[in-house]
Amino acid sequence: MAVLRGLPWPAKAYLVVVIGAAAGLFGHSVAGGRLAPLDWPTLLVLALLFLVCESMPTLLSVKRAAVSVSFSAALAAVVLVGPEGAALVGMTAALSVHPGLPPVKRLFNGAQFAVCGYVAGMVYQHLGGKTDVPDIAGFNDLILPYAGAAAVFVPLNFILIAFILILSGQADQVPLRGLAQFLVSYLGYATFGLLIAGLWATVNSISAVLVLIPLFVARWGFGQYLAQQRSYDATIAALCQAVETKDYYTRGHCTRVSLASGMIAEEIGMGPERLRAIRYAGMLHDVGKLGVPTKVLQKEGPLTEEEFAAIQLHPMRGLEIVRGIDFLDEAFAGIMHHHERQDGKGYPMGLAGDEIPEFARIIAVADAFDAMTSDRSYRNARSVEIATAELRKGAGTQFDPVMVGAFVKALDRDGWQPTRKVTPPPEDAAETTTKDHDDPTMPIQVVSER
Amino acid sequence: MSSTVVPTTRAFQRLDSGQLLLISVAGLLAVAGVVHTAAVGLVQPEFAIGFGALIAAGELARLTMPGNREVAPIGAAAALGYTLLLDVGTTEALHSPLQVVAVMAVGMAAGVLPHLAVGRPPQLDAMARRLLTGALLAFAYRPLADSLHGMTRGPDGSWTSVLGVMALLVMVTLTLDVLLAAVLRAEQVRAAFGVALRDEVRMAAPLGVAVGSSGILLALASHSMDMAALLVFAAPLLVTQVAFRKYAGIRATYLQTVRALSQVTEVAGYVEPGHSRRVSRLSVAVGRELGMAEPELLELEYAALMHDIGQLSLRDPIPGGATVLVDSAQARRIAELGAEVIRQTGVLDRVAEIVRRQCDPCIEMPPLPSRIIKAVNAYDDLVGASTDRDRAGASMERLRGGIGAEYDPDVVEALARVVDRLARY
Repeated sequence: MAVLRGLPWPAKAYLVVVIGAAAGLFGHSVAGGRLAPLDWPTLLVLALLFLVCESMPTLLSVKRAAVSVSFSAALAAVVLVGPEGAALVGMTAALSVHPGLPPVKRLFNGAQFAVCGYVAGMVYQHLGGKTDVPDIAGFNDLILPYAGAAAVFVPLNFILIAFILILSGQADQVPLRGLAQFLVSYLGYATFGLLIAGLWATVNSISAVLVLIPLFVARWGFGQYLAQQRSYDATIAALCQAVETKDYYTRGHCTRVSLASGMIAEEIGMGPERLRAIRYAGMLHDVGKLGVPTKVLQKEGPLTEEEFAAIQLHPMRGLEIVRGIDFLDEAFAGIMHHHERQDGKGYPMGLAGDEIPEFARIIAVADAFDAMTSDRSYRNARSVEIATAELRKGAGTQFDPVMVGAFVKALDRDGWQPTRKVTPPPEDAAETTTKDHDDPTMPIQVVSER
Repeated sequence: MSSTVVPTTRAFQRLDSGQLLLISVAGLLAVAGVVHTAAVGLVQPEFAIGFGALIAAGELARLTMPGNREVAPIGAAAALGYTLLLDVGTTEALHSPLQVVAVMAVGMAAGVLPHLAVGRPPQLDAMARRLLTGALLAFAYRPLADSLHGMTRGPDGSWTSVLGVMALLVMVTLTLDVLLAAVLRAEQVRAAFGVALRDEVRMAAPLGVAVGSSGILLALASHSMDMAALLVFAAPLLVTQVAFRKYAGIRATYLQTVRALSQVTEVAGYVEPGHSRRVSRLSVAVGRELGMAEPELLELEYAALMHDIGQLSLRDPIPGGATVLVDSAQARRIAELGAEVIRQTGVLDRVAEIVRRQCDPCIEMPPLPSRIIKAVNAYDDLVGASTDRDRAGASMERLRGGIGAEYDPDVVEALARVVDRLARY
């Protein structure tokens, strides 16, 4: 078994223990003669249902974690056919349709579901639940034991899987950040199981079909949503890059600022919705630059006050453009104020310290960092080390020290993909600018006209 | 008529006659239901309140699907469930169709109030449609309820045939609902009925199936689970609702973003302010006039909004941005550059193709959306934001001069009709 060989020994031992536990349960049940009185037709239908759900995991927005609703079938089995039955239903996970899944993983998957099913079944019985098709009068007595079983099943399932991921060193693949959302939806799916069990008395297996229909529609809806989301992200990136084609040297700036802003936001523990919002804000922060006349951006030497005012206007121009989009208000504030400084000497409003919206403080750091680590017509790209040193130097006066600290930490951990080396632009290409308003090491010189 | 009356009539005119008819019928029905129920008293008030509360919650959680379609799946399923209800536990449900109407009306009203309080009025016609189709099912089903209930009783009672009746009636109701929606839609956006019907079926089918099965599920669940069914039942449909809300949300944001970013050409001074938006509006109206379905219209709208995006790659803005006045080689290059930008998305290939061929003369047979954008773009370059009818007429004449070689005659005629209609309002 090639997969097994690649694993560290604690992971191997863990796999053996879980699979052994499931096998032990099975043997114990057979020896105790507890499989014979089971309601086999019901068990078969539930196992089939479990298999269908397990083979079609519902994608939630949790990154790379496929949440399967299969366990509503396992929980229904807890009520309808007892702990042994639930364990058997869970075991069928080993047979699910996942092309390319190695046998060890299949076995482990089946075993962990079997263990969860059995334990949940025992909890159910201890809380006074009766193993039978629930009748009308007894339904309300069912809810509490069922809730207990569901409450045990979900975390146990999660812990069993989390352990193998940690032991095999894949823990960071399933981000623990989305855990709360994950658990809530999991518990929501538990009610499906209650629905199946509760309806069994009336329409038998048709109940499973009726429950599955909204489920599949939901799955379809999520699929559509994810497809649109991907399409949207690609479109917004392409459009922002189109805005930048005018300036050869800043190409890709928007996507990199979006990336860096996301890194900072993740580091300071922003929730998924705000995280998405700040990525968009980072992407769009400079769209207003198109409103700045090209001759100002191209001008050599110091700018007049009037010309500098045109540059200072670009955050507001940007805001004007994107105002019609249904983003979080914070994203707009981030675009509007991304050139404010901690000491209050920034633009457009001269806000200082905590007056500056959080999003803007993040984008300011990401923006300056990318400007420094990219090639410019007047200098080559600086190294990440020099750029972070520069950020540290500006912390407190230009940048929020918290954001700088978070960014440095994220950079140390994840690194930064340096930009491709810019070959000098061909003569007939779109124009290049000689000024970069984002570059903190090259402040724009303004001459007073008086 | 004095001038102060004008705004009121204008606001009133936004409701088409069909919508008005629908709203008044539904309103009368609601009043009849409430009055009748008040007169004879509420039968089995605990069921009515339980389901009414769920209807209200569903109405509160209503969402707007693409194409500005307001739906309330949880409320609709709860209303279906209450209509189809045969018994709760061992107690037979005895409510009349008019009581169903009353519960729906009161529940919906209760759910709408919080929205009204924060200044988000409901779409009256969508609400009226929900009430009306619910009422139709109630009048068809409730008289059968007693005999259906009899079939499930006794030692050899079975739910299978009852389930069949429920499924059949629900399907008929959903079909009626879609037909009604299509009639309203056709009138509202001036689309052909067949096209509107196909659009409505495409939009309504997935949610309709979920709502229908959940409604049946709820009626059945109330039999075996008592009123606890309402709580347990809310979860599955909630998952569906969350999925669709997210989908509708991203669709809306997508369109808003393309609209917003298409303005960059205007901000940068490449084209006149409002040009992209005007071309897209007019193009969609022309496309609809020519019988295009909604997914194609969306592509047309995206392409029209972004048709000038290639100009961003130009060194200097074209004076006034009017691509109709530049030489055709230059215009083609802009189209190619724009298509290249859009192709970068990796997902909007058809939109890119429309943009790429937007300057091809009619005899080269570019796709219909490209022909529409070509004509509308030329028209807007000539007319701009002006509302002068003579200028519009002169521009139309100039376009007609290019019929056959440059412009598609059908497109130009459709454009003339749309322009004429817009001028009259």
